[in-house]
Amino acid sequence: MLRYLSGRLGQSLILLFIVSLIGFFVLSLAPGGPLSQFALSPGMTQEQMDRVAEQMGLNRPIIVQYFDWLTSMLAGDWGTSYRDQQPVLTIIADHLFATMLLMGTATAIAVTVGTTVGIWSAVRRGSVFDYTTTVLAMVALSIPTFWFGLIAIYIFSLELGWLPAGNMYTVGDGSIGDYAVHLILPALVLALVDVAVWSRYMRTATLNVINQDFVRTARAKGLPNRRILFKHIVGNALVPMITLAGLQLPVVLGGALVTETVFTWPGMGRLFLDSLGYSDYPVVMGLLMASAMLVLIGNLAADLIVAVVDPRVRLS
Amino acid sequence: MTKDLPGKGFTRRGALQLFGAAGLMSATALSGTRALAANADPKGQIVLSFSQEPTVFNPLMPHIEVDEGVYYAIFDTLIDFDENGEFFPLLAAEVPTVENGGISEDGLTWKVTLKDGVTWHDGTPFTAEDVKFSLELPMNPDFISFRSTGYELMRNITVLSPTEITWEMTAPFAPMGAILASTFIIPKHAFDGVEDPNTAPFNNAPIGTGAFKWKERMAGDHIELVANPDYHGDGPYIETLIIKYIPDLNVMYTQFKSGDVDVIGLQYISPDHLEEAQTLDGKTVQVMGRATFESIGFNNMRPVFQDPAVRQALYLAVDKTSIIDALYYGVPTPTETYMPQQSFYYNPDLPKHEFNIEKANALLDEAGWVMGGDGVREKDGVRLEFTNSTTAGNHLREQAQQFIQQTFAEIGAKMEIKNLPPAVMWGDYWMNSEFDSVVVGLSTLSGADPDSSDYWMSTKIPAKGGSGQNTMAYANPKVDELLTEAANLFVPEDRKPLYMEQQKIMREDLPFLPLFQYAVVAGWKEGVEGPTQNVNNRIGTWNVRSWKWTS
Repeated sequence: MLRYLSGRLGQSLILLFIVSLIGFFVLSLAPGGPLSQFALSPGMTQEQMDRVAEQMGLNRPIIVQYFDWLTSMLAGDWGTSYRDQQPVLTIIADHLFATMLLMGTATAIAVTVGTTVGIWSAVRRGSVFDYTTTVLAMVALSIPTFWFGLIAIYIFSLELGWLPAGNMYTVGDGSIGDYAVHLILPALVLALVDVAVWSRYMRTATLNVINQDFVRTARAKGLPNRRILFKHIVGNALVPMITLAGLQLPVVLGGALVTETVFTWPGMGRLFLDSLGYSDYPVVMGLLMASAMLVLIGNLAADLIVAVVDPRVRLS
Repeated sequence: MTKDLPGKGFTRRGALQLFGAAGLMSATALSGTRALAANADPKGQIVLSFSQEPTVFNPLMPHIEVDEGVYYAIFDTLIDFDENGEFFPLLAAEVPTVENGGISEDGLTWKVTLKDGVTWHDGTPFTAEDVKFSLELPMNPDFISFRSTGYELMRNITVLSPTEITWEMTAPFAPMGAILASTFIIPKHAFDGVEDPNTAPFNNAPIGTGAFKWKERMAGDHIELVANPDYHGDGPYIETLIIKYIPDLNVMYTQFKSGDVDVIGLQYISPDHLEEAQTLDGKTVQVMGRATFESIGFNNMRPVFQDPAVRQALYLAVDKTSIIDALYYGVPTPTETYMPQQSFYYNPDLPKHEFNIEKANALLDEAGWVMGGDGVREKDGVRLEFTNSTTAGNHLREQAQQFIQQTFAEIGAKMEIKNLPPAVMWGDYWMNSEFDSVVVGLSTLSGADPDSSDYWMSTKIPAKGGSGQNTMAYANPKVDELLTEAANLFVPEDRKPLYMEQQKIMREDLPFLPLFQYAVVAGWKEGVEGPTQNVNNRIGTWNVRSWKWTS
């Protein structure tokens, strides 16, 4: 077990290193650069630009910048933003709550509804319910979130006036109820696609289990259907879902680029877009590394949990 | 999405032209004072939206336009420009002029008297030491500063008394008034004992003397400011100012419609929504001019542009009206000059542009440009062929280019579109006149001062070793003469005829083909009073201290 863990950890570190290397150099290839946003300011001169570039260390060769960034990173210093000179970790922390709230809620809805729908479709395979959910899932997966979000705002905020047209809370209110009201539309819009994904996976996983020998045996033993479903089928069908959940971890914490923009939700997705726009590479790199770590952690955690719950899987 | 807005990018370059060197005259022309109003009784809350997020709160650090939207609420400058382009005092007791002894006759010594009894938001008295600190910090080698223009010429900044400060200039510098009008004064005491000014706590919890105090910031969402009851000037009239960040223009407009936003700020209502916006109940929507003008700029050193007939024919072949109406929804105003139409110095009598392909062809025929077999004219071995560049990704401009390309083809002129990413486009390619022609939005004035010597004088061509912004390499001795003379006159009425004449000559010479003057579509809820067009400042909150609810 220990050997397995240290092996995985070693692999992860190498992967992170490669990700950082590619990320850093690809970013440095992008035209413009962090100072171009100031180039058109009143009174800006080339001398001043050179001076700022030197202060921020941007005039050094890219290799030197990379190793400087890497050594700081290894020492736990994620750097400071080119845009506003704030520490990267502070900036990320400032945006984390909003994303966790939105994505957590949406994922909770998606997992609950999605797995239920998936199991039901599998059990009643070929029924009207199965066909309907299959079609709906395809529709949900095909709708652009941007469009769907705007339509939802148009109907529920502008026309009906039931729900706010965006924002995380009303400034000056900020009660739990206020957050909840603001959460409804974006969480549902986001959950819609996820429900489709989860229901499709769960349906397939359930179908795989339904035809297994041990289910037939259980039936032959005369166990009640309900017990077979919940104890034998669902229990086993959920195992692959753990892996899916592991893959969802970076998504949950990484934020939703589009939905956060449409609903003016102050999360990580928008931070990423804005930072890209400003060529704020330390922040972009910070977010990149954070999500790479989450991918690795999510995968590792999923593998470990699967090994614990499924006696057939042994780590070696 | 804001990236698609017309003028984004280049207009900032334009705004900066504020600082071209002018004669020492305009420095002495600072004038105008404003009476103090009694403190108001602040009521209510205004939600103001921006489509970019303000995140830099130390106004002396590198920042962008939207950050200044917050500075005007929290900080004060010594003096500022009003909507008529005249200076008014904020922290200064009066605007320094030659007449009142604030500026010496030679423009080399400045003395500013400050208002008495002003306090910082934390209660500390504001003194000349703070002004000295704010004027010196930009030159501190350890400080990542926004700019050094102007400050680098200041020497011996001396505090005479808590309300008096004086300094010397190593050279007369006309735009110094404009520099002061954009230098927000920050508190010295907030940096006492701070080792690194770049990471001072102040930078994220600013303390100012302005009409509003910092309350809190929700990153990625909004900034909450509250009325400063001890404000030394007129205002504030509202209790709370919420500066809300809404990253998408469609969403911003939707929240304006739904009433979540009271005043829609930078980048405003997109032109395609103008028509609908004007029909909204309970909203005031107003097209506000900006100082920037859009043009097709020529590299006047290229052989193909030497013949005046070519420039005139090309101008005749631009379907200006269609471009403005079809692409820009009629928001910008057609123009014939670089001077903003709101300016005192604007010449309204310039010949009006006409779109006439026939006339253009006749003109070229007459001038000896012979149509070749491939549909491109030629004269003396020079083909009527050139490239045109602008910022890649600016969709409206790219469409305008294609439109212009077609009508140019009809007169036998071949324009090849060659667009570049912003950093490349506005780097050496622009500064060293490596282009044939460009589509560009510029503001060539020195703040509210009409002086544009930096752009149109033949001595200001960087490609010919001049230090200036005359990248179109325009050279006309008569214009040089008029600009020099106008920059040495003090009375606006005396200067006006010279600028009128100079605009007339440039309309004849056509070193660039003027297209239109930019405008934005601003909007606010009925009952809000205050938002006012001001082509002399970068952002609409320049007078936020006096915004109020009337109902």
